Amino acid sequence: MRQMVIAAAVAALAWTAVPGAAVQDPPAQPGGAGQRGRGAGPGPQGAGRGPNFPQHQRPPGDPAVIARGRALYGVNCTACHGADLRGGDQGGPNLLRSQVVLTDQHGENILPIVRSGRQGPGGLMPAFTLPESDVLAIAEYIQSVMSSAGRQGRPPERDTPVELNVLVGDAAAGQRYFERVCSRCHSASDLRGMAARVADVRALQNLWVSGGISGRGGGRGEGDALAENSRVRVTVTAPGSAPVTGRLVRIDDFVVSLVQDDGVRRTFSRSGAKVDINDPLEPHRRLVLELADTEMHNVTAYLATLK
Amino acid sequence: MTSIKVMTLKKTTRLLLSWCLLMPAFLLAQAGGLDPAAQLRPPTDAWPTYSGDLTGRRYSALGHVNKTNVKNLSLAWVGRGFVEGTGATGRAGPGAAGGRGGGGGRGGAPAPYPLIVSGLGPGDYNTGGPPSFRGSIVMVDGVLYPTSPDNVWAVDARDGSILWQYYWKTRGGTHTGHRGVGMWRNFLFTEFHDNYLVKLDARTGKEQWRVEISSFNEQYFSSMAPIIIDNHVIVGTGNDLDAPGFLQSYDPETGKRQWIFYTVPMNPGDPGLETWPSLDAARHGGAQVWVPGVFDPETRYYIFGTGNPTPAYTTAGRGESVGLFTCSLIAVNVDTGKMAWYYQTSPRDMHDWDSAQTPVLIDAMINGRPRKLVSTAARNGYFFTVDRVTGEHVATSKFGSVANWAKGLDDKGRPVLNPEKVATIPGAIVNGSITNWPPPAYSPDTGLFYVPENNALSIAYLIDPDPRGSMGLGGRQASGIGSYGNYVTAIDPKTGRIAWRHHLPGGSGPTGMLTTGGGLLFAGDGAGNLVAFDAANGTPLWNARLGTVTNAPQTYMLDGKQHVLAAAGDMLYAFRLN
Repeated sequence: MRQMVIAAAVAALAWTAVPGAAVQDPPAQPGGAGQRGRGAGPGPQGAGRGPNFPQHQRPPGDPAVIARGRALYGVNCTACHGADLRGGDQGGPNLLRSQVVLTDQHGENILPIVRSGRQGPGGLMPAFTLPESDVLAIAEYIQSVMSSAGRQGRPPERDTPVELNVLVGDAAAGQRYFERVCSRCHSASDLRGMAARVADVRALQNLWVSGGISGRGGGRGEGDALAENSRVRVTVTAPGSAPVTGRLVRIDDFVVSLVQDDGVRRTFSRSGAKVDINDPLEPHRRLVLELADTEMHNVTAYLATLK
Repeated sequence: MTSIKVMTLKKTTRLLLSWCLLMPAFLLAQAGGLDPAAQLRPPTDAWPTYSGDLTGRRYSALGHVNKTNVKNLSLAWVGRGFVEGTGATGRAGPGAAGGRGGGGGRGGAPAPYPLIVSGLGPGDYNTGGPPSFRGSIVMVDGVLYPTSPDNVWAVDARDGSILWQYYWKTRGGTHTGHRGVGMWRNFLFTEFHDNYLVKLDARTGKEQWRVEISSFNEQYFSSMAPIIIDNHVIVGTGNDLDAPGFLQSYDPETGKRQWIFYTVPMNPGDPGLETWPSLDAARHGGAQVWVPGVFDPETRYYIFGTGNPTPAYTTAGRGESVGLFTCSLIAVNVDTGKMAWYYQTSPRDMHDWDSAQTPVLIDAMINGRPRKLVSTAARNGYFFTVDRVTGEHVATSKFGSVANWAKGLDDKGRPVLNPEKVATIPGAIVNGSITNWPPPAYSPDTGLFYVPENNALSIAYLIDPDPRGSMGLGGRQASGIGSYGNYVTAIDPKTGRIAWRHHLPGGSGPTGMLTTGGGLLFAGDGAGNLVAFDAANGTPLWNARLGTVTNAPQTYMLDGKQHVLAAAGDMLYAFRLN
C-alpha cells in the first residue's frame, strides 16, 4: 500500500495529463491545487535562486484583517501552535510546514478544521465556535507569516533575535595557547585592538581561525583569479631564465600567472618550469587541522579581551 | 489452417526479433528516435541518457582518442548564441512560436529557428540571459539536447547550430541546476522547477503533454533528468521544507502515473518508522530524490540515492535515531516501485549532505567470487560498495582527506556521526561537502572509480537553538576557513582504497567525470580547463582552456570520428582528432 496515494494532501498531486494541449494556450493549472500562477518575480526575501514559492509570491493582505487575525490567533491558537506558529506546548503541529496551510489560499482548508476539530499528529484538536470571518482573519494572519519565511525552508526571522552566548571559552587557557602556539608568528601587541575592531564574537573567531579569509572559500583561486589582496607569492623559474617573482593570480596544471611588483601580469607555461609558492597562510591552515574546538573557543575568549 | 497461421506468425516474430537484434543501429535511424533498449548497451554513436547508459559508469568503450593521440585532440566546433527564454526583446512573445536569430555571429544573416513557449508563469524568469549548461546533454541521431533551468535546446551535433528552443514560463520554485532530458523513441522528457514533467517531440520541440509531478504549493522543485526504462519514465523531485521525498514512474505515452515510492514512512506500520520519534516527524523527514539513478536489468532494480533529513541541521524534532530512508542507497523494482533493499550511507545526517549522488554498477571478482556491486561516493566524504542484489555491505573508506564529522564506522561499514562535530552555538570546525551531484565515473579497464574530491573546513554555528528544532535548511550559519585542496581521486571499488589522487593546484575543484576505452579520464579542472588525464595514474595529458567547464564531459562517434563534448557556461565545445 505504500505505493498508493494515501495522504489526502498528496491527492493534489494526482496526474493530470493534457494530451496534445495547444502549446500557445496553456490550460488552467491542473492538479486541483486551485492556485493560479501569480507573479513569479523575485520574492521579497531576496529569495535566492529563482522566483520563489506561492507563499512568497502572495500580495500582502489587508493589514487591518491581519492585525485582527493576529490577535485572534494569540487568544485561540498560541497554546497549541506556538506564538511563532512553529508548534506549542500543547503539542499542536508546526503550521509553517503544514500541508494544510501550504495548500490553503484564503482559509478554505483551515476553516473546516477549526470549525470541526480533528485528530492531529499531536493529539485531538477541539472544534472552535468562532465566526467564519474570525477564522478567515486568522488564516490571513497565518499566510502573512508564511510570506515572510526564508528561502530553502528557513523559518521567518524572529522579531527579536535570540541572544546566543558564543563567548564560552576560558580566556586564561586561550592566552596560554596563544603564548605556546600563536606567538611563534604573532605578538599580543600586534593584535591589540582586534576585539574593538571586530566586536561580533563569531566574526572575530572566523577572522582569526581563517587567517583573514573568512567567508571566502579560501584556497587558491575560485575559478580564475585569487582575490586582489591575496598574499600568496610565487617564484617561477622557466628553463634557462632568471626567476620571476610576484603575487600569484592563477595556477593550474599547465600555466601559472603572477603580477610582478611593478604591476605587470605575466603567465608562464609550467612545462619544465620550477614553481615555488609561498603562501603565508599555509602554516595557519596546518594549525587549524589540529585545532580542537575548545582550544578555538578559548583563544577567541582571549582575543576578545584585546580591546 | 489455424496451425499454419500460427506457424507463420511465429516465424515472422522470430525473423523480426533476429532482425531487431542484428540491426539496432538501423532501427535507431529508421524507426526514428531512441529504442529504450539501446540505453542498456555502452554508448558509442549516441549519449542516449543521463550517464551515457544505465550503469552510471560514464564510461565509453571508444578508443579512437587515446593516451597516445589525445595531444592532437582539436576543436570541431563551438556552439554559441544560446539565449534563455524569449530574449531581451521578448520578440517571440508569450505563446508565440516564432523564429529567432541564431548563431550570434557578427555579419552573418541570423538563421531563424523555432522558439516554442509554454508554461504557466508570467515569463519574466530565465529569459534574455545566457544559460549555464550544467547537466547532461543527450545526443541521439546527430542531435544534442542541452538544457538550463526553464529552457531546452536541440542543437545540430555536426556544427553546433540551434534547431529549436523550448522555453517554459515558470511559476517559481528553487531554481537549482537543471540536470537534462530523458529520451524515449522520438520524444524528450524533462522536468521543470515548478514541478511539471513535459513531453516534447524531439524533432520539433512541440509539447505533447505536461503532468504536474509534485506540489508547488508544498514547495517541491524539480530538476532531475528523467530516466527512461522500458515504458517507465522515472522522475524525482526536491524540497527543502520538511516534506516527504518520493520517486515516481510515469507512462511515456499517456503521462499517467504508474507508481510512487515514498522515501520516508508515511503511514503506521511502514518500514523505518521505528527510526523516527513520530509519524509526523517521518512525514516531514525529507530524503528527496533529485539526481538520476541506475538500472540493473537482471534484478530489474532501479538504484538511487536519497537526500538529507529535514530539518537539516537540528535534530530536536527528528530525534536521535537514523531517520530512514534519508541519505540512503535504495533499490526499488522498476515495475512495481517496491523497495528491495536499502543501505544508509549517512545515518542521522546533520550537515545537509545528501547521498543523492548517481551510484555506479560494477562487476568485479572479490575473494575469487564474481560479484554484482554498486558503489557510491557520498557527499559526506565516505565511499561505499554494496552488493546490488542484496544490499549487503562490501567496503567503506574515507576519501575526503579532511572529513572529520564521523567517529568511525559501525559493524555494517556505516560512518557514525560525531555529535560534537555539528553546528554548535560557539562553533565547531567541520568539513564541507567533499563531493556533490556532479557525477563520478568508473572504467572497467582500470577497475577504478573516479570522483571529484574537495576539501575545505568551516566553522559551523547553531543560530536557532529552539528546543523544537528549526525548519528546512534553517538554524545554522557556516563560515569557510580554508581550502585543503581539490583532487581528482581514483578509488578501487572492491576495497575502497585510494589508488591515486591528482591534486589540482588552483580553481574550485573538478567537474563531473567521463572515462573511455582510450585509457582517458576527462573532467573540467575548476580552473578553466577541460583536461584529459591518464586514467591509470591521473597524469594530465591534454587540456583546452575554455573558461570554467560547467558539466561532465561526454563522448560519442559521429561521422566516423570520436567527439568529446563539454560545456562552459553558455558555450558548447566539441573536440575530435582532425
